[in-house]
Amino acid sequence: MDRINESLRRVPPRTVYLLGLVLLFWLVWQVASGRVGPDPVREVEYRLGLLGLQFVVAGLCVTPLRWLGLNLLRYRRAIGLVAFNFVALHLLTWGVVDRGLRWSEIGADLTKRPYIIVGMIGFLTLLPLAITSNNTSIRRLGALTWGRLHKLVYVAAVAGAVHFVMVGKVWTAESLFYAAAVVVLLGARVARAYTGARRPPRTPAHATRLPDETRSCGVQCVKPKIL
Amino acid sequence: MKRSSFTSSKPLTWADVTPKADFLNRRQIMAAGLATLAAPMLARPGFAQTAYPKSALSTDLPPNSLEDITTYNNFYEFGLDKSDPSRLGGDLKTDPWSVEISGLVDKPGTYALADLLKDAPLEERIYRFRCVEAWAMVVPWVGFELAHLLMQVGVQPGAMYVAFETLVRPEEMPGQESTFIEWPYREGLRIDEAMHPLTILATGLYGEPLPNQNGAPIRLIVPWKYGFKSIKSIVAIRLEAEMPKTTWNMLQPSEYGFYANVNPEVEHPRWSQASERLVGGGFFAGRQDTLMFNGYADQVASLYTGQDLAKDF
Repeated sequence: MDRINESLRRVPPRTVYLLGLVLLFWLVWQVASGRVGPDPVREVEYRLGLLGLQFVVAGLCVTPLRWLGLNLLRYRRAIGLVAFNFVALHLLTWGVVDRGLRWSEIGADLTKRPYIIVGMIGFLTLLPLAITSNNTSIRRLGALTWGRLHKLVYVAAVAGAVHFVMVGKVWTAESLFYAAAVVVLLGARVARAYTGARRPPRTPAHATRLPDETRSCGVQCVKPKIL
Repeated sequence: MKRSSFTSSKPLTWADVTPKADFLNRRQIMAAGLATLAAPMLARPGFAQTAYPKSALSTDLPPNSLEDITTYNNFYEFGLDKSDPSRLGGDLKTDPWSVEISGLVDKPGTYALADLLKDAPLEERIYRFRCVEAWAMVVPWVGFELAHLLMQVGVQPGAMYVAFETLVRPEEMPGQESTFIEWPYREGLRIDEAMHPLTILATGLYGEPLPNQNGAPIRLIVPWKYGFKSIKSIVAIRLEAEMPKTTWNMLQPSEYGFYANVNPEVEHPRWSQASERLVGGGFFAGRQDTLMFNGYADQVASLYTGQDLAKDF
């Protein structure tokens, strides 16, 4: 595991942004060359939403993987921001291309359709997280407040998974898979919080209490910029 | 023996006036290169046998491409994805095929498909098609009026409804391994809907036999109702006194009613039915308004006089 962590030092976080861009351009190219079937709008909507959910789920994997010794913390901000961008593009595609800016229909959807409302809750909870995903915001808010705020990603993940399950005529195996993944990843945190409280902490208390992101940021902020 | 259209006395069809290349996907044409340029000439003799009379009930709208119609299908017998039926439909054997006609009819029995089609007045019907999922297509079916068949088998006075069933054959229809639908797929019509001249049994598409993914070898088409009413690969037709159970209504009665008439004012609980996306128009084609009874209100609205369509959805 240490060897993996060691070799990951050479992979900068911007690789994640690059991956996001590659996935996006791949989709654009497929649409432009007519490779997404007879109903490209539905396909693009589906793929953007799915990518958003996949990156949210990937972000939720970071902490449990650290418990197992794999440290991906410095990629988490990039994972979250890529997730937000896919979700925002998904929403934009729905409003502009799918609904064609038919505001009365959009308004009706936003007030009457549970799956649209749930999806919108997901987007709105990700919005403040995206805005505060920078070191300045962590300093301004204070690590504790910032960490609490970013717990909103749990709400976004549940909303995204539920939205995906509700969107179709039937519950698909694929949507249930992501719902299960979110349940497991959030359940693991709950389980650890309970069992962790009974066991004496293995690390000094001040180290466990600080939000993960702050510690990684601390390193980044202190470290002189060599590159 | 194939006859050339020059010697055929039958009227020309849509397929005759449009080279096949035109309704195939552009990508295929590019891939095929020069070979495609020659195709219209080579293909022409083959089209003569597909000369079906045009129906006055056809729409003037341009039909979707054959690729659109045969790769974007909801046919859960083959899987939930719209590409599953075209990918996995190949194993379905549609010959031999028979349809059991039973219930309140004078001549019940299990009829071979060939016997059903022997005197059937097949014609081309270009219909609008509207899925309950708010997408739409225009499809050039080949078929004959269901009323023709019902009159041949003799409908008895007490018959108020017609029930239909799709084939159950999990070894050829992999989607039937899943049990969330209680197979067979079932649909039904009120007798006056079934006897309406717009209601057809379709056996072909673009002048050729129905591809498996579109419900081969024989399916129902009721153009003023949401697509799920137009049951595919029919093996049983029953005339009954009571309203039959129908698959989507069994699955989710609050969302899918027995009538399922296309109606922009009655929304699906989870989405609006006021507009629809015409499949095949590309990424920026936008939406169009959904029409009452899918544009067939002049012909069918009178069937529902006195009914509250918000209640009988």
